[in-house]
Amino acid sequence: MSVKDKVIEIIAEQAVLDVSDVSLDNTLEELGIDSLGLVESIFAIEEAFDIQVPFNANNPSESEFDISSVAAIISAVEELVKAQS
Amino acid sequence: MKRVVITGAGTINALGKNVPDTMEAMKEGRCGISDLDFRDVERLSIRIGGQVKDYDPEQKFNRQQISLYDRFTQFTLLAADEAMQQSGLTLTGELAAKSGVVFGTAGGGVSTWDDNYRSVYEDGKNRVHPFVVPKLMNNAAASHVSMAYNLKGPSFTVSTACASSNHAMAQAFQMVRSGMAPVMLTGGSESMLCFGGVKAWEGLRVMSRDACRPFSANRNGMVQGEGAGIFVFEEFEHAKSRGADILAEVVGFAMTSDASDIVMPSKQGAARAIKGALQDARLNPEVVGYVNAHGTGTAANDRTECAAVADAFGAHADNLMMSSTKSMHGHLIGGTGAVELLACIMALRDGVVAPTIGYEEYDPDCNLDVVPNEARDADVSVAISNAFAFGGLNAVIALKRI
Repeated sequence: MSVKDKVIEIIAEQAVLDVSDVSLDNTLEELGIDSLGLVESIFAIEEAFDIQVPFNANNPSESEFDISSVAAIISAVEELVKAQS
Repeated sequence: MKRVVITGAGTINALGKNVPDTMEAMKEGRCGISDLDFRDVERLSIRIGGQVKDYDPEQKFNRQQISLYDRFTQFTLLAADEAMQQSGLTLTGELAAKSGVVFGTAGGGVSTWDDNYRSVYEDGKNRVHPFVVPKLMNNAAASHVSMAYNLKGPSFTVSTACASSNHAMAQAFQMVRSGMAPVMLTGGSESMLCFGGVKAWEGLRVMSRDACRPFSANRNGMVQGEGAGIFVFEEFEHAKSRGADILAEVVGFAMTSDASDIVMPSKQGAARAIKGALQDARLNPEVVGYVNAHGTGTAANDRTECAAVADAFGAHADNLMMSSTKSMHGHLIGGTGAVELLACIMALRDGVVAPTIGYEEYDPDCNLDVVPNEARDADVSVAISNAFAFGGLNAVIALKRI
């Protein structure tokens, strides 16, 4: 499974949606994911890819990890996975 | 209703191992937060905390006691000893039968859980020490204090996360005020600065890696602390008749529940608790000179707390001082309200308001006088102490100079 598909799967599960209902330009807010859901999603991403995601819930917008949309999260995770290998 | 006064105070925390040292540090705006030192700390991403350093339990307790006293109980007993010595009370007969202990702790014997889980899971051992349960239980500290000072009346432990101490002190206050108990030992204790304790907090992504900077625009989270704060609450006439040195009067409290979210704070819940405490104390908001803030240094708490204070005090919010001493001793979780009550007593008794240290950048969402970086001399006759816990459980206590 690609990074993209896995991230979408994680986000869909957190949002209690079908994978097909998650589009790349969605924000987490649009998908109904709140602050706790976000922290859980990041935990699931870290577990799935064995990476450390630089994210502080105090200032999500200023974290190095871009969570502004599903596409942004995917590319951030791809970067982290690349840096890992 | 009886009047309730404080006739003894004791503490151990990252700023000092007694009340005078702690207050001195608060006056100097000293930071007690440092690099954490315990097993496996290198596996944590958060490695700072308000840890009690240069502390050797074997200097204070014998081997048999240590086998029964978790670190949170040790801290409680040391702080209780200081408080009881200051009060000069000896409890016997009817006085002992009616007096009790109410303490707060969120985690109880966290390092006892941690050590023994490690032993059975990681080291594969199949046997643990016989005293694991009596050592880790949340009421262990209250029970050992009751034994040490012959307190035979109402005694129990309250656990409401970060508001535990304030809830505990509110209970003790109510018992003395109602005439149920002439003397209550109260306050709280916490010690979760061990691998498992900090690892759990790390998961929530609300911890700072570098400093606790409450109300500062560049704040980036909370920093944990550890320690205990213990007080002797005594019925006023009883204290007066024996010529006790009275530190302050406890005049009111209120508790509210946000009933909304398990972690996000609520302005309404906090404001209702502040207003409720003043109503209970029959005080106008305008008489309050100092607010010891919950002030965790998280984005959400500090913003919400400032809004709640502005709401509860109206125009007077601009005249009062509000500081968060967590910037110095860290967040003692269930013990935090107790250590922070010392800042209220210091403001009332010594006329010095503790600062919010680490303050670097103005935040328009925290537009109050947060006493940045330096303590201030002030004439304060009424102070309140806020505690707003995860789970939306709030407790505010009001003290008056006497």
